[in-house]
Amino acid sequence: MELRKQEAQNISPDVPNEWFVPKVRNKQEAEAVVRPSLSYWQDSWHRLLKNKLAMAGLIFLLFLALLAIFGPIFSSHTVESQKLAEQNLPPSSKYWFGTDDLGRDVFIRTCYGARISLFVGLMAALIDFIIGVVYGGLSGYKGGRTDNLMMRFVEILYGLPYLLVVILVMVVIGPGLTTIILALSITGWVGMARIVRGQVLQIKNYEFVLASKTFGTKTARIIRKNLLPNTMGPIIVQMTLTIPSAIFAEAFLSFIGLGIQAPHASWGVMANDGLSTILSGYWWRLFFPTMFISLTMFAFNVLGDGLQDALDPKLRR
Amino acid sequence: MEKVLQVKDLHVSFSTYGGEVKAVRGVSFDLHKGETLAIVGESGCGKSVTSQSIMRLIPEPPGKIRGGEIIFKNMDLIKLKEPELRKIRGANISMIFQDPMTALNPTITIGEQIMEGIIQHEKLTRAQAKRVAVEMLTLVGIPNPEIRLKQYPHQFSGGMRQRIVIAMALVCRPDVLIADEPTTALDVTIQAQILELFRDIQKKTGVSIILITHDLGVVAQVADRIAVMYAGRIVELGTRREIFYKPQHPYTKGLLQSVPRLDAEKGELVPIPGTPPDLFSPPVGCAFAARCPYAMEVCDRVYPFKTHLSEQHQVDCWLQDERAKKLVSSFK
Amino acid sequence: MKAYFFKRLIAMFITLWLIITGTFFLMHSVPGSPFNEERTTNEAIQKNLEAYYQLDKPLIVQYGNYLKALVKFDLGPSIKKSSQTVNDMLGRGFPVSFELGMYTLIVALISGLILGVVAALRHNGIIDYLAMSIAVLGISIPNFVMATVLIQQLAVNLPIFPVATWSSPQHMVLPILALATGPMAIIARLTRTSMLEVLTQDYIKTAKAKGLSPVKIVFKHALRNALLPVVTVLGSLAASILTGTFVIEKIFAIPGMGKYFVDSINNRDYPVIMGTTVFYSAILIFMLLLVDIAYGVLDPRIKLHKKEAK
Repeated sequence: MELRKQEAQNISPDVPNEWFVPKVRNKQEAEAVVRPSLSYWQDSWHRLLKNKLAMAGLIFLLFLALLAIFGPIFSSHTVESQKLAEQNLPPSSKYWFGTDDLGRDVFIRTCYGARISLFVGLMAALIDFIIGVVYGGLSGYKGGRTDNLMMRFVEILYGLPYLLVVILVMVVIGPGLTTIILALSITGWVGMARIVRGQVLQIKNYEFVLASKTFGTKTARIIRKNLLPNTMGPIIVQMTLTIPSAIFAEAFLSFIGLGIQAPHASWGVMANDGLSTILSGYWWRLFFPTMFISLTMFAFNVLGDGLQDALDPKLRR
Repeated sequence: MEKVLQVKDLHVSFSTYGGEVKAVRGVSFDLHKGETLAIVGESGCGKSVTSQSIMRLIPEPPGKIRGGEIIFKNMDLIKLKEPELRKIRGANISMIFQDPMTALNPTITIGEQIMEGIIQHEKLTRAQAKRVAVEMLTLVGIPNPEIRLKQYPHQFSGGMRQRIVIAMALVCRPDVLIADEPTTALDVTIQAQILELFRDIQKKTGVSIILITHDLGVVAQVADRIAVMYAGRIVELGTRREIFYKPQHPYTKGLLQSVPRLDAEKGELVPIPGTPPDLFSPPVGCAFAARCPYAMEVCDRVYPFKTHLSEQHQVDCWLQDERAKKLVSSFK
Repeated sequence: MKAYFFKRLIAMFITLWLIITGTFFLMHSVPGSPFNEERTTNEAIQKNLEAYYQLDKPLIVQYGNYLKALVKFDLGPSIKKSSQTVNDMLGRGFPVSFELGMYTLIVALISGLILGVVAALRHNGIIDYLAMSIAVLGISIPNFVMATVLIQQLAVNLPIFPVATWSSPQHMVLPILALATGPMAIIARLTRTSMLEVLTQDYIKTAKAKGLSPVKIVFKHALRNALLPVVTVLGSLAASILTGTFVIEKIFAIPGMGKYFVDSINNRDYPVIMGTTVFYSAILIFMLLLVDIAYGVLDPRIKLHKKEAK
């Protein structure tokens, strides 16, 4: 009795009768995906754009690249031109960053330093990438004994102190730009190889890879089409973090006298030269190269961090 | 019936990259003393958020309780400060999480993990706490509790770990136990044992249980009452009997039809078409309308009123409106 | 555990042997005799010198002799400083370097852990940004730059701390600061990341649900688990601190092994370079072993003898 009363009351007066008709709908509605889905790269790019620090780093690096390429054009001086009459001048409109003890323009030398640092960093990252991807990819993909053996070798190399090895190699093959890059690459790729292997091991058991295997797709094609795109995130991050460590290594080597040799300019060389004059008050000779080293490493580091956040699928919602 | 816990018009949101997700949109229910209330729904329907809001364990930010009341012992838990909440957590209301593999700290012995709760809430010495811990392990059916206390979680199987988690939750004799998918991560045979354990414990301790699950099989075994959640709301609430034998909401019916049953004819398993709505901008009307075979124009425009079909049974659906009754025959 | 330890010990010696061999043949592949550049040597004296340093024997014999001497911990004589042996230099220099390195590691660990934990607990707050800005700066500024900045600011402009030599605690402040900044930053970032990860774990939720206080949750439940990844990088951090001592000792004129090493590089004093490399490699490999053991102690899940299966 009471139940029926409730049911009788169950007409809501604000809702008009004509709404009680079957809903008209198109077929897709029930299955529709409501939120527009962004692709992985679009989504990552959007998140990178939102990261102000990472974008500042990116902009600084672009600026640095322009400076390295075109900087010397804006100046009448060259990297080697010495004017003994104009020694140790402080920064001015003629010499933006001052001059050194041989009357060389610090600005031009800083630009050349940028060339060397960027070149060393990019080359080291590229070589690491090539060796690391091939080695790590093969190791992870083959698995089993091959993997075990290849990783043993990597473990031994990984146990070596990086800079000590680089120093040793530099001592043997002598200083210079090519030798620096070579020395950095000897053990540098190990980290990349480990990352790539880990990713490959994880991904190769996913269904979509198994699926293409069952279709009889060639190994190389599976690596190119399936594995690489999916391992790209961590690889890119690793590369952005390799670059600053290579730049640091070059500056370090040049600083202890094993890197780039005079008359070529590198930030490490300039810092080393500047250090000896620190008590004489020629602060600009130390300040500009060290500031550029630090800023560049800072920029790469924040960009690497930003990329890591942007590319890490774990953070995606 | 004595009400242990009352949830009134609870609203919870999360702010994310894409905007604000309205995860819980006006949930109300009572929990009676000594009963098991099951909250059932698809993943993402807000059932876990509801349960964690009761314990105030929603990470804030990004989560935020936007409104409502949670009444426990004449206190509104939403208004309480952290130190007061801490006295309630574990002591009066405790919680069991889904995965026993991750719910225990891998680097601390299970004895320590069980004991720290008692030591926190009751002024007990370690020796006394240890006695309680042994008692609890015995209660949940762990053999050799004295030895087991000194072991680490990785030395236990999944089912054993869930027993330990349950012992941990019960150690202070709470009034309310919230179990969030307690059997989902376990093997079927272990599931049955754990459910049996729940029933046993409830008989012995009189604890009220809120059981969060998507598994109607689990619900059928232990629940006294069932709340069906969809898209952040409870769409139907009733006793187990009412929900299983007289389901009113099309979503509840769909859920029941999508469960395999031994007594059903072959080929009767019917999935619900479509996916739950996006809670960034939930629909104005009934959220299920897009998937509902009985959807009417009104469903998209206005959220349905709560209809009380019996003392326990309530449902939010426009089909309960007199004017819809005539239409039902015209569907299909 | 014992079996694992034994296995690791053997692996350690194999790695060390590979390093010794690699270093030896690398050093001896440098073209020409180390005495060629010397102005004063005539052919007879050079022959005598080469005989004295056994450079006239076949390479493989030299290698055998070197290994034989190494077993007795004899790293051979210096070529450029004729009265000294590499052991002499290490004996004098290494204790100083060891002190510098250890203090640096301790300072970096403590400050890095504090920064990282605090940043994680105040995730996305001002303190977090501040701590992480310090950390990124610390990673970005090379230690030799840090050293020069510190000297200029805290020794030249404001003469608070003395520089050069290693004679009093005040002398140690700046070198340790300069050397510790980088590792501190790395530890801080790593601690923060792993702490954030740990704080989202279910067992932290369980601990909260038990009504534990935040202090207890952090120190008892989170920190130990968050420390695990930090422990794994300690080995490579020690390596970077070690190479860092080379420049720091040179800049601050600290009479440690690093200074001898850099000098020996500039002088092309091959036995010293070789000896130092071997010695430092041995220390680092030993550190890696220690780290492994520490990891096993911190994480009861690791049964060391089973790790091989991984």
